[in-house]
Amino acid sequence: MNLAQFPMRRVLWYTACSITALLFVAPILWSVLTSFKVPAEANAAPPRLLPSRLSGENYVALLGYGDGMPRYLGNSLIVATLTVIGIVILSTLAGYGFSRFKFPLKGVLFLVLLVTLMVPFQSILTPLFLVLHTLNLQNSLLGLALVNITFQMPFSVFMLRNSFDGIPRELDDSAAIDGCNSLQILWRVLLPVALPGLISVALFAFLASWNEFLAALIFLTDSEKFTLPVMLLNAQSGYLGTVDWGLMQAGITITVLPCAILFLLLQRYYVSGLVSGAVK
Amino acid sequence: MSGLSSAGGRKRRRDLVGYLYIAPAFLVVGLFFLCPLGLLIWMALNDWPLLGSPHFQGAKNFVTLVQDTTFWESFWFTAKYALVVTPAIFVPAYGLALMVNSRLRGTGIFRTIYFLPVVIGLGTASLLWVWLLNDQVGILHQALVHWGFLREPALANGNTAFVAVIVMVVWKTVGFTMILLLVGMQAIPNDLYEAARIDGASWWKQQLRITFPLLRSTFALALILSVVGSFLAFDQFYIMTGGGPHNSTITVVYWIYRASFTYFRLGYGAAMSLVLMAALTLLSACQLLILRQRTD
Repeated sequence: MNLAQFPMRRVLWYTACSITALLFVAPILWSVLTSFKVPAEANAAPPRLLPSRLSGENYVALLGYGDGMPRYLGNSLIVATLTVIGIVILSTLAGYGFSRFKFPLKGVLFLVLLVTLMVPFQSILTPLFLVLHTLNLQNSLLGLALVNITFQMPFSVFMLRNSFDGIPRELDDSAAIDGCNSLQILWRVLLPVALPGLISVALFAFLASWNEFLAALIFLTDSEKFTLPVMLLNAQSGYLGTVDWGLMQAGITITVLPCAILFLLLQRYYVSGLVSGAVK
Repeated sequence: MSGLSSAGGRKRRRDLVGYLYIAPAFLVVGLFFLCPLGLLIWMALNDWPLLGSPHFQGAKNFVTLVQDTTFWESFWFTAKYALVVTPAIFVPAYGLALMVNSRLRGTGIFRTIYFLPVVIGLGTASLLWVWLLNDQVGILHQALVHWGFLREPALANGNTAFVAVIVMVVWKTVGFTMILLLVGMQAIPNDLYEAARIDGASWWKQQLRITFPLLRSTFALALILSVVGSFLAFDQFYIMTGGGPHNSTITVVYWIYRASFTYFRLGYGAAMSLVLMAALTLLSACQLLILRQRTD
C-alpha cells in the first residue's frame, strides 16, 4: 500500500494515527493537568475538564506528605543510582571476561547466568527475603539495589558480551603490543567503542529500578525507606487519612517524568537494547 | 623449549584472569539468586514461620498445596488472564505496527507516543487507572457511565475489574509488542511485496502469504514473552483490585505474597513458588525450542 500516491488515504492515515496517539497520551496528560488544578477542583466529583486557574498547591502538599517528598524521591534516586552504578561496573567486567578470555567451565557459567533470566525473581521472593534478613539487608535501600542488580545482571552481561564480541580483536592486540594490560585494554580501547551498549544497559537498569514495585513493597518496611511507587500506593489507599487526588496526580507526574524524559532522550539506545535483548 | 613452555604458561595465566572479571558478577548472582534458589527447595520441605525456628516436615506443604482451593483458583485465574490478555495485546499491536510501518513524515513521532506508556512503571500505571476509574473523581468512569457501558464502579465487580485491568495492561504494554513486530516487518525484503503486487495479490493476500509466514518466529516470541509475563502478574491486581471482589482476581504471585508475607507461612510460600517455577520452566523450554528453530 503506497500511501504517498493517494492523498485521501494519507489524510485518513494521519487522522487514525493522531486519534490513536491521543488515546495513548490522554491518561498521562489528564493526570499532569489535574496535578496543576487547585486542590478543590482536583478532588471535585464529578470531575471538571478545565481548571479555573493553574496552581502548584498539590506539589506543595506533596512536599509535606508523610516523611516528605524529598525523602521518597531521594530513596528512589539512591536505589536507582546504586543499581545503575553496580550494573554498569559488574556487567562490563563480566561481559569482558566472557568475551575475551577462555577459561574452564566458561560455557557452563554463562548458562548459569542465563538461567537467572529464565527464573523470575517473583518465584524466589520468599527465600530472598530470608537471605536479605540474614545479611541485615532487609529494609535497606542497598539491599533493594542489590536485588535489582541481580535480576538486571543476565540481560546486561549478555548485551555487553555481544557488544564486545562485535569489536575486532586486532584492537586488543595492538593495544597489548603498546604495553596495555587487560584492564587498560578494556578501559581505553573497548569501552569507548561499546558505549552504546553500555548506555542501553544503564538505561534499562535505571528504569527497572525506578519502576520496581513488588520487591520494594516486601523488602522495605519503614515508611521512611519507601520508594516512590510504594509511597504513592500508601497515599492512594488513604493510609494517612482521606485520599487527596490532586496530591496523587502530582506524585504520579513526578514519578513518570524522569522515565519519559530519559526515554525521549535515549530512545535509540532503548529500542536497540530491547530488540537485541528480546530477539537474541 | 623453555621459552615455549613459559609462553604457554603466561597464556594460561592470562586466560584464568577471566575468572577475576566475572567473579564480582557471580558473587552477587550467587548470593541473591543461587542461594535463595537452593534455599527455596529446603524451605518448601519445612514449616517455616517468619519468627521462631523452622522444622522439617517432608512433603506436607505439597499435600496442603494440592488441597488448597485458593491456590488452584488463583492458578486458573492467572492462566485465564494470560490467555485473554495475550491476544488482547497482540491484535492491536499488529494493527499499530502496520500503521507505523510507513515512511511518511511524523511516523517516528507516532511510534514514540505509542511506546511511551511502556517506560512507565506498571505500579504507577495501575495507580493512574484506579484514579481514572474512581466512581467519584474518575473521568473515565464518568464517560463510561454517561455512554451507558457502566452502572457501578468498574473495580467493584469481578468481571468489569478483569476487563479494566486488561485495558490498562494493553495501554501500558502494546507498544512493546508493536516494536517487536515492526522490527520483524522491516526485515522482510520489499521485493517480495512488489512481486506479489505485480502478480495482482491483494493487500490481505500479501499479509496472509508473505507477512504472516515470515513473522512466524517473531509472533511466537512475542506470544511467549506475553504469556510468561502475564503468569507473573502481581502489581496490577494488587493495586487495582486488591484481589477482590471476593478473592476473584488473585493471581499466583499474589497468593504466594499473601501466604508468605501476610500469613507468614514462608515454607508454604516456597512450595507454591516451586510449582510456579515448574510451570514457567515449561513455558521457557518452549521459548528455547522456538528460538532454536529460528536459528536453524
